[in-house]
Amino acid sequence: MAESENIVAETAEKIFADLADAQTINRDNKGAWKAPLWQALTEAGLPLSWVPEDCGGSGASLAEGFSVLSAAGRFALAVPLAETMLAGWLLAQARITSPDGEMTVVPASPKDRITVNADGSLSGKARSVPFAKAAKHFAILASDAKGSLSIALVDAARCRIETGLGLGGDNSDTVTLDKVQPLTTKPAPKGFDQTRLMLMGGVARSLQIAGALESMLEISVRYSNERVAFEKKISKFQAVQHNLARLAGESAAALAAATSAADAIANATSFNDEVFLEAVAAKIRCAEAAEKGGGIAHQVHGAIGFTIEHILHRYSLRALAWRDDFGSESYWAVELGKLVARRGADELWPLVASR
Amino acid sequence: MTAALRFDPIRLPSECEQLRKEVRAFLAEEIAAGTFDPHKPNREDTDVPEFSRKVGARGWLGMTWPKKYGGHERSFLERYVVTEEMRVANAPTRRFFVADRQSGPVLLKYAPENIKMDILPRICRGEVCFAIGMSEPNSGSDLFAAKTRATKTDGGYLINGTKIWTSSAHIADYMIAIFRTSPPTKENRRHGLTQFLVKMKQPGIQVNPIGQITGQYEFNEVVFTDFFVPDDHVLGEIDGAWKQATSELAYERSGPERFLETYYVLTELVRAVGTNPDTRSAEGIGRLVAQVHTMRRMSVSVAGMLQAGKEPVVEASIVKDIGTVWEQQLPHRVRDLAAFVEETATNRETLEKQLDFAIKTAPKLTIQGGTTEVLRGIIARGLGLR
Repeated sequence: MAESENIVAETAEKIFADLADAQTINRDNKGAWKAPLWQALTEAGLPLSWVPEDCGGSGASLAEGFSVLSAAGRFALAVPLAETMLAGWLLAQARITSPDGEMTVVPASPKDRITVNADGSLSGKARSVPFAKAAKHFAILASDAKGSLSIALVDAARCRIETGLGLGGDNSDTVTLDKVQPLTTKPAPKGFDQTRLMLMGGVARSLQIAGALESMLEISVRYSNERVAFEKKISKFQAVQHNLARLAGESAAALAAATSAADAIANATSFNDEVFLEAVAAKIRCAEAAEKGGGIAHQVHGAIGFTIEHILHRYSLRALAWRDDFGSESYWAVELGKLVARRGADELWPLVASR
Repeated sequence: MTAALRFDPIRLPSECEQLRKEVRAFLAEEIAAGTFDPHKPNREDTDVPEFSRKVGARGWLGMTWPKKYGGHERSFLERYVVTEEMRVANAPTRRFFVADRQSGPVLLKYAPENIKMDILPRICRGEVCFAIGMSEPNSGSDLFAAKTRATKTDGGYLINGTKIWTSSAHIADYMIAIFRTSPPTKENRRHGLTQFLVKMKQPGIQVNPIGQITGQYEFNEVVFTDFFVPDDHVLGEIDGAWKQATSELAYERSGPERFLETYYVLTELVRAVGTNPDTRSAEGIGRLVAQVHTMRRMSVSVAGMLQAGKEPVVEASIVKDIGTVWEQQLPHRVRDLAAFVEETATNRETLEKQLDFAIKTAPKLTIQGGTTEVLRGIIARGLGLR
């Protein structure tokens, strides 16, 4: 990891530790923690990490931004930091200046489409858009009748938002645009497409899931060394040790897949099959790890981890929820399977071994 | 965040890409010449001495070792590339694999100079085969329980006892084995084992093959009766083999052989479904490819740690745990999907034969080289639970 990457990630980590401690957040059901946290993140320039300085952002590298998302996952951060970063990144593709405040990207699912009408207005419906309710602006990828792609900045107040809640308790809303005039529209750069947006979002989610698993492993190990049952610390029972070893394996696999994908995207010169494999594999494997790893973390904690008072659910449920954003693992598995089949059996190993 | 284990996204450097091309070209030539059939993992005899010598002549054995011992002073990542290409092609590596991966590095570290000068160059030329003598009847993964005795005598030791589950002992020229030189102490159950170099095919040693459920013969029982080992064949510290053995395990546990053992069935499934698969087949293949990709990234990352001079014992144990569980499940998942393959698929029969063999092979994959339970114990220790 480059030194500058460390500094950005360390700044983020310090803010999370000071203002987004899981225990504090879990006790505060009125949400008083949100405003000071967002203000500190804004002052540090983190929400617009991926926006160049001349577009109003802080011009961090992709790698630096990815390391912020890893840290956000470790804190199961429940504010739209990843979403605002993605929105700023999307707008910057078309050199649109990012406004202040919370943003999110639309669409957030591979099958949803937003259309550019002949008069330049936008129409369409996007489901499960994370933090749409909290966002002041949407960064939208839309296509016209000929299939040409545009990137648009839209005032959230002009769209219809039906509130929804994801598994983790964060907003996951339906956004409907009925001939909404965007604040700015520009053509998407050549070669950019919706798959690319979905994969960028998918890698962000993979890093967040991997981060949440790191924390689940840590708090599970700690708990097993505190909790006494049958006159022994439960960490001394071989069955518990083996479960925690499996959790360590799932956490390590998720982290390896997610950081490899982030590294691939950060260093990609073109968006080819090899980069596609990295990004998609990370989303699939991290989602599988969330299921297996989260299950073990709950098993180790027993009934206490199932209570709303305990912090475990902040990580476990968010990791499960993040599986669904920007394409679920089953969606991407089908796409990857089709790609592998199209390339043919003898090209499978060269693809896997390409990096 | 102390508990988490990092697997940095190591990329193979450009010299590896050239090497990979050379290895693929070599393997293609050998396949064309009929040396082996990549579609038949279940051949009768995986020991092909002529192939072994050719691999040695290419400079692909002892790749990371010093030149003075016949090595090539190349990187662990280059060695990694050769290993994975051989494995994916189902190349007959039995004769040289253990010597190259494990026995050579042990000799480099612990053997006296005259032994190194004698044996290492021959390993590099692909001329010698090694076996590893660890398990004994009723010991297995519990190495502390090993009883085979090495008793001091004039100029060496006399060995009496039995090793078992010893792969390749029937063709091996040498074995690196642990024998008991002292009883364990009350304070240290690990005390009293010593590592020895054993020259096979000598009087006092009898090798009895043990058949496997796959129909192959790889395992053996090896019985020692007053078998003489000279003093200069002691490897390392007397009574101190335990820590020597554990520090070498990262080589054995994290390589591509730990998740690619049944990989051929995945390739064959992709061939059978054709270019336009149904949704279920596409999803199944997609998940398996995502999983193998992740395993490989982890395994490459550990190779990077070895190259950096680290001893990633816990990380290697994680790769072996999830890698072997994965390669064990792979044939079963491929079987699930093979149910939907069209009757007209031209490789249907090959796929079925491969599945039959892979499913029979699968049970051993989580046993050899340290069982899943032993590995999880090591990982738990790394997590601070023991």
